[in-house]
Amino acid sequence: MEGRNWKAWLYLLPAIAFLGVFMVYPLVDVFVYSFEEGYNSASQSFFGVGGYNYSYVLHDPYFLQAVKNTFILVIITVPVSTGIALLISLGLNSIKPLRELYQTVYFLPYVTNTLAVGLVFMILFKKTAYSDGLVNLLINAFGGQSVDFIDGPYWAKMFVMCFYTVWVVMPFKILILTSALASVPQDYYNAAKIDGTSRFRIFTRITLPMISPMIFYLVITGFIGAFKAYSDEVALFGTDLNAAGMNTIVGYVYDMLYGDSGGYPSYASAAALILFAIVLTITVINLTISRRSSN
Amino acid sequence: MDYERIEQRARTGERVRKIVTYTLLTLWALLVLFPFYWMVLSSIKSYSAYNAEYVPSFFTLHPTFQNYVDAFTAVPLAKYFTNTLIFTLATTAMMMVVIIFAAFAFARLNFRGRNLVFGLFLALMMIPNELVIITNFVTITDWGMRNTFWGLILPSVTSVFYIYLLKENFEQIPDELYKAAKVDGTSDLKYLFKVMLPICQPTIVTIVILKVIECWNSYVWPRLITDDQAYFLVSNGIQEIRENGFGRENVPAMMAAVVVISVPLIVLFLIFHKKIMAGVSRGGTKG
Amino acid sequence: MKVVLQNLTKKFPSISKKGEDVIAVNDFSFEIPDGKLIGLLGPSGCGKSTTLNLICGLEMPTSGHIFFGDDDVTRLPPENRGVGLVFQNYALYPHLTVRQNILFPLENLKGKDKLSKEEMNKKADEAAHLVQIEALMDRKPREMSGGQQQRVAIARALVKMPRVLLLDEPLSNLDARLRLQTREEIRRIQRQTGITTIFVTHDQEEAMSISDSIVVMKDGVVQQIGQPQAVYDSPVNLFVAEFLGTPPINVFTGEVKGGKLLLDGTAVLDVPGAPDGEVYAAVRPEGFRLDENGPFVCSLRQVEVMGRDTSIVFDHPSRHSANLRAIIPSEERPKGSPETVRFALKPFKVFLFDRKTQERVPFETEG
Repeated sequence: MEGRNWKAWLYLLPAIAFLGVFMVYPLVDVFVYSFEEGYNSASQSFFGVGGYNYSYVLHDPYFLQAVKNTFILVIITVPVSTGIALLISLGLNSIKPLRELYQTVYFLPYVTNTLAVGLVFMILFKKTAYSDGLVNLLINAFGGQSVDFIDGPYWAKMFVMCFYTVWVVMPFKILILTSALASVPQDYYNAAKIDGTSRFRIFTRITLPMISPMIFYLVITGFIGAFKAYSDEVALFGTDLNAAGMNTIVGYVYDMLYGDSGGYPSYASAAALILFAIVLTITVINLTISRRSSN
Repeated sequence: MDYERIEQRARTGERVRKIVTYTLLTLWALLVLFPFYWMVLSSIKSYSAYNAEYVPSFFTLHPTFQNYVDAFTAVPLAKYFTNTLIFTLATTAMMMVVIIFAAFAFARLNFRGRNLVFGLFLALMMIPNELVIITNFVTITDWGMRNTFWGLILPSVTSVFYIYLLKENFEQIPDELYKAAKVDGTSDLKYLFKVMLPICQPTIVTIVILKVIECWNSYVWPRLITDDQAYFLVSNGIQEIRENGFGRENVPAMMAAVVVISVPLIVLFLIFHKKIMAGVSRGGTKG
Repeated sequence: MKVVLQNLTKKFPSISKKGEDVIAVNDFSFEIPDGKLIGLLGPSGCGKSTTLNLICGLEMPTSGHIFFGDDDVTRLPPENRGVGLVFQNYALYPHLTVRQNILFPLENLKGKDKLSKEEMNKKADEAAHLVQIEALMDRKPREMSGGQQQRVAIARALVKMPRVLLLDEPLSNLDARLRLQTREEIRRIQRQTGITTIFVTHDQEEAMSISDSIVVMKDGVVQQIGQPQAVYDSPVNLFVAEFLGTPPINVFTGEVKGGKLLLDGTAVLDVPGAPDGEVYAAVRPEGFRLDENGPFVCSLRQVEVMGRDTSIVFDHPSRHSANLRAIIPSEERPKGSPETVRFALKPFKVFLFDRKTQERVPFETEG
C-alpha cells in the first residue's frame, strides 16, 4: 500500500497547496497583523506588538457607525425576510396551477448581479433634479412627502438598504422553505384534517415543528450572511460608504485595506477579527437555542 | 346539523383562501419582476425622453437601441464582458480539476492520515472569506499580480465545501464497481473519468453552475486586486459606470449596460432553471 | 352507523395532457350495515384507497352519493363527518408524545363540544386502555415498535368516538407474527366498540380472516361483495377466483361438451347443466383427491411435505396458470416418486368461467 500513499497525496496536492497559501497562512497572518502596531505596507515594517489596533478600531467613529448599521440591518432583515419567505412558501405549497412559474420568478434575484440590480433600485428610490423617482411619486400619490432615499435622511437610507437586502436574500429562503414544506408527509395534514384541526393549529402544531430545523438553518445562515453585507450597499450608495454613513463592518475592513482611506492591513485585520468574534458568538447562541428548542 | 350550510361555508372559505393566496403570490412576483421590467424599459427610452419625464411613464412608444450602442462604445463594456467570461471559465475549470482530484483522494483512496486531513479541511469551511482576504491581498500584491488574471483567479480555485459535496457523492458509488474495475485492470485515473464522473454528473453540473454564478457576480476581490480598467469584471465595470461612466445622469445608457450584464445569467437560468434550483437547494447559500 | 355508497364514481384528470380521464372508482354501490367490519380488497391500483378517501372526505366524488345513516355527507368536509382514519404508515406526529397524539383530535373540538382538561385526559386514557398502550403514554413515536405505533394510531382515531372507522392497509407495515396478532386485535376492538369499520387491504388472507363482509375490487369496479367464505366458495368471475385463496387456484383451459368437462381432450368431471363451449376451469388446491382410478392424469413435479398437509406440484398439458399445486392430507401422499399421479376432482371446488367474458358458468352439483 506504500505506493498508493504517495499517489493519494499527489491527488491532494493542488487542493492542499491552494488552501495552504490562500487560507491557512492568511489565517495565521491575520492574527499577526492585528497585533503589529504601526505596520507600514510600503516599508513592510512595524514598531511594536500589542492591542493598539483593536483599541484604534473600537474607537473609530466610522467603525462604530458600521457596527451600528450592520446590527440594524441584521436585526431587521433576518426576521422580516424569513417571515415573508415562510408566508410565500406556505402560499406556494397550497396552490397547484402556476406554482412552477411563481417559483421560477421568485428565484430570479438569486442569479442576478446584485451590483447591477442595485443600480435599478437606486434609480427607483433616488430623488434627482429631473424626477423624484418612482417610489416618491407613489408616496406622493398617497399624500406623503418626497424623501431622498439615497442621499437623504439616515432612516430613509436604512430603509432602502433593508428593503434591497430582503429582496436579494428572499430567493434562497423561499426555495429552502418550499422544499421543506413539501417534504412534510401529506398524511399528517390528512390526519389533522379528519380530526377537524383548524388551519392555524395545523400550522403551529404540525407544520412549524416539522420544518423548524430548516427555519433555524435559515436564521443561522441569514445572520451570518447579513453580518457580511457589503456589495449590496455599494450598489445603492456607491463605493464611499463612510461618506454616505452607510458603511458595514465588512465595508470598513475593505476600506481600511484599500480605497481612499486604505493602506492599513493591521486595522483591517483587527476589524475582521472583531467581526469574526461577533458572528461566532451569535452563531453559537443560535445553535444553543435551536438545540434546546428541538428537545 | 345543517349540512347545506356547512358545505356552503367550506366552499366559500376555500374560494376566499385561494383568492387571497394568489393575490399575495402575484404581488410578490410583481415586486420581484418590476426592477427587471424597469431596467429594460429605461434602457430603451431615449436620453432626452427619459429626462423629460418628471412622472416616469410605464411604457415607451419610441424605443431606441442607441443606449446599447453607447454602452458598448462610451465605456469598454465589451472588455468587461470578455474579462468576466475569461475569469469565470478559467476559475471554474481550474477549480473543477482541483476539487475532483481532492474529492477522489478522500473518497476512493486509502492513505495514512486521510481522516485527519479531511477533518482539517472541514474545519476550514468555517473560516469566512473576510478573514483571509486581507493577507491574500498582500500576498497577491507582493507577487506583483495586481491587475493580472492570475491575481484574480488564484485565490478562488479551491472550495472546501465543493470538495466535501463531491466526496459525499463519490462515496455513494458502490464499492463493487471499483473492485470490478480493479479486477479488469482499470487504473485509478481511468476509473475516475470513466465511471465516477459520469455517475456523479448531476453533482458536477450543480457545482459548475453554482461556481459560474458566483464568478459572474463576484465583486469584492476583483475590486481589491484591480484598478486598471483593462482587467475590470462586469461588477466593477458597473460600479465604474455608475461613478464616472456616461456622466452621472445618463440613466438610460446605464440601464442598457445593466441589462447587458444581467442577460447571460438570466438566459442560463431560464434554460436550466430546474437544475439550478435543485442545485442551490442542495448546496447553495447566499450571504 | 349504517354507511351507504350510491353509484359512487371518481374520475381523475389524466396526467398526460391529451389522455382520457382515469376512472379510479366506477359506479360503486354498497350498503354497509351498522356495526360491521368490512374489508375492501383488491390489487394495488384497483381504487380501494380512493374509495376510502371518498368515504372520509379527503376527496370528493365525481358523481354519486355517500350516506352515513340518513345524512348525505357526500360533499361535507372531513372534519364534519365524524370519521376516524388510521393511515398505512400511521401518520403519528413525530414531535408529540403518545398522549399528545391521542389528545390532538380532542383539542380541536370547539363550541359546545369543547372538553375540559380532565375529560380529555379521561377519554385519552380510555382509548389507550382499549388498545392496551397505557404504559407508553409518555413515549415519542420513534421510541416504539411498529405494532405499538399502530395501536396508538388506532387510539387516536377512536378517541373522538367516530361514527365510522377507516383503516388503510392497517397491517402492511408489520412483520408476519405481529400481523396475525394485530388483526385479532383489530377484530376485538371493533367488536368491543361496535363502530362500523371499513379497512382496505391487498392481502386476501387478512381480509378473509376478520371481515364480516369483503368487497373485491378491480380497476375501480366492484367485482363481488359477500361474506368471505361465500365469496371464496362461489366466485363470480375468474379474477375473484384467482385473487382469493393461498396457494392460488389452479386454472386450466378446457371445453364443455355434453355436460362433461374436457381437459386436453379427456373428460375429467361431470358438469350437468353447463352449456357447451370453451371455458377456463379453475380448481382449488384442496379440490384434488388422490385416486388411482381418477380421470385427471398429470405429471408429478415435486412433493412438499408441510406437516399436516402435503403440497403436490404438478403439470398438465392444458395448464393456464403459472403453477399447478394440489394440497392433500399428508397421510394420503403418494408413495415413492411416480412419474404421474391421478386425481379425482371435488365438484364443489371446481369453477367454470366463460373463455371470453371470464364470467362464471354454473353447473349443477348434487346436494
